[in-house]
Amino acid sequence: MRYDWDWSVLFTDPYWSWLLSGIGLTLLVSAASWVIALVLGSAIGVMRTVNNRLMRTFAACYVELFRNIPLLVQIFLFYFVLPEVLPTPMGTWLKRGMPYPEFWIAVVSLGLYTACRVAEQVKAGINAAGRGQMNAGLATGLTPVQVYRFILLPVAFRTTIPAMTSEFMNVFKNSSLALTIGVLELTARARQVSEYTYHSLEAFAAASAIYVIISFIVVTLMRQVENRAKVQGTLAAEAH
Amino acid sequence: MIKRLTVAAGIAALLFATSARAEDLYGTLKKIKDSGTIVIGHNEDSPPFASFDANGQPQGYSIDLCNRIADGVKTELKMDNLTVKYQAVNGQTRTPLLVNGTVDLVCATTTNNFSRQRQVDFLNTMFVTGNRLLVKKDSGIKEIEDLKGKVVSANQGTTNEKVLTELNQKLNLGITILPTKDQPQAWVALETGRTDAHMTDEVVEFGLINKAKDPSAYEVTGRLLSFDPYAIVVRRDDSAFRMVANHVLANLFRSGEIETIYKKWMDPIGMPLSNNLKVLFAMQAIPE
Repeated sequence: MRYDWDWSVLFTDPYWSWLLSGIGLTLLVSAASWVIALVLGSAIGVMRTVNNRLMRTFAACYVELFRNIPLLVQIFLFYFVLPEVLPTPMGTWLKRGMPYPEFWIAVVSLGLYTACRVAEQVKAGINAAGRGQMNAGLATGLTPVQVYRFILLPVAFRTTIPAMTSEFMNVFKNSSLALTIGVLELTARARQVSEYTYHSLEAFAAASAIYVIISFIVVTLMRQVENRAKVQGTLAAEAH
Repeated sequence: MIKRLTVAAGIAALLFATSARAEDLYGTLKKIKDSGTIVIGHNEDSPPFASFDANGQPQGYSIDLCNRIADGVKTELKMDNLTVKYQAVNGQTRTPLLVNGTVDLVCATTTNNFSRQRQVDFLNTMFVTGNRLLVKKDSGIKEIEDLKGKVVSANQGTTNEKVLTELNQKLNLGITILPTKDQPQAWVALETGRTDAHMTDEVVEFGLINKAKDPSAYEVTGRLLSFDPYAIVVRRDDSAFRMVANHVLANLFRSGEIETIYKKWMDPIGMPLSNNLKVLFAMQAIPE
């Protein structure tokens, strides 16, 4: 194989700054989507466990709907189809009225999708805490809201930290799909460098390495958090 | 005497062997001879240059030229049963796949330029185009200067995006650039009013309009904003293969057969053969 390796293209301007801005956008899209996913996902997850049929059905429908449609299709639906079915002024606002339409649509669709996955983790965490906790809480005179707030959710979040970490990894990697609607995040920037310089292998190797490094940092940090937050008396705590 | 004869025979044998070795194949020709296969890398979404027909077979102007080159290689190597394989590539995969030997030619809409020549080599120019603007007829946009403060799309990583970014800065137009992923998406963005114009190669714009629901609502406007000579891409440092391939092209240019192939693909999209391209074909009709 004759290939003119030249790693220095990665460090020459403007390619260097392209990759940097790509990293920035990747982190921004991931973080913003994660906020939506965590808030909405927790709410939906709680709704899946409450003693109210209507709320449970709604939450189950949400999870099934967002879990069963491929993310790429969801992004396209939000980006291309939604503005066309809304009333014209709203559609126009979505398309060009609001600042950075591509960025926000990517964030919202990625957030809504990840919310359904977070919801499943939260539900599993609450169920793992056990029905006994709920009954015990109610017996001591707490209201259902207080039982969730002070007993079930703290336990659920602490036991699901490893699962949540991998969900965050998923958001982080799924953020590369934002390039399909024109957000120049890391993968898009790597493609751009590859097209401009014809040094595809270097560009994609660099992008892969950056993804791995950031993932590794997140995993290491989360392991610390996990160790501090482990719930005493559970299998997870005894394993360490 | 016998000794001398032996030496003479030895020298003769050596000479013979040397001349045989001079004909030894190398590079792509050797690879094709050894494997019995030539692999044509092609785009999937660039009509009329390279796309799929109704049966899923690659078709287009570039594909026709590459098929002719495969025929030329077959004659050159005297291989009656040369297999022609097709492998779809895209902007990101074409260089690695060509360089690592997965494909032997890339038949697409690749602009020949020097930054790319550091990595790959190009055959003689087969088409010339440049950037122009694709707009809705009722937009009132005539030239790039009319785009002040508007939203314009260009596909990610293309020379079009490069030209648009540079002109935007140079002419201080304040254009918001939407880096679209591919032509169909850029088209939808224009159609639904998300963008005011799309910037890509003139010939591609004619192709896009041709496929529109209402072709009369769109037009290609403004001056040529760049010079983009298209060429088939081959590996570097392989002049034997390059020569065989360029020979095939020169024959087409010289015999005028290129105009038949041109008309076959460009007439349907209303892209007449320009004088420039006619001259270019004539200039590249290298004699035998």
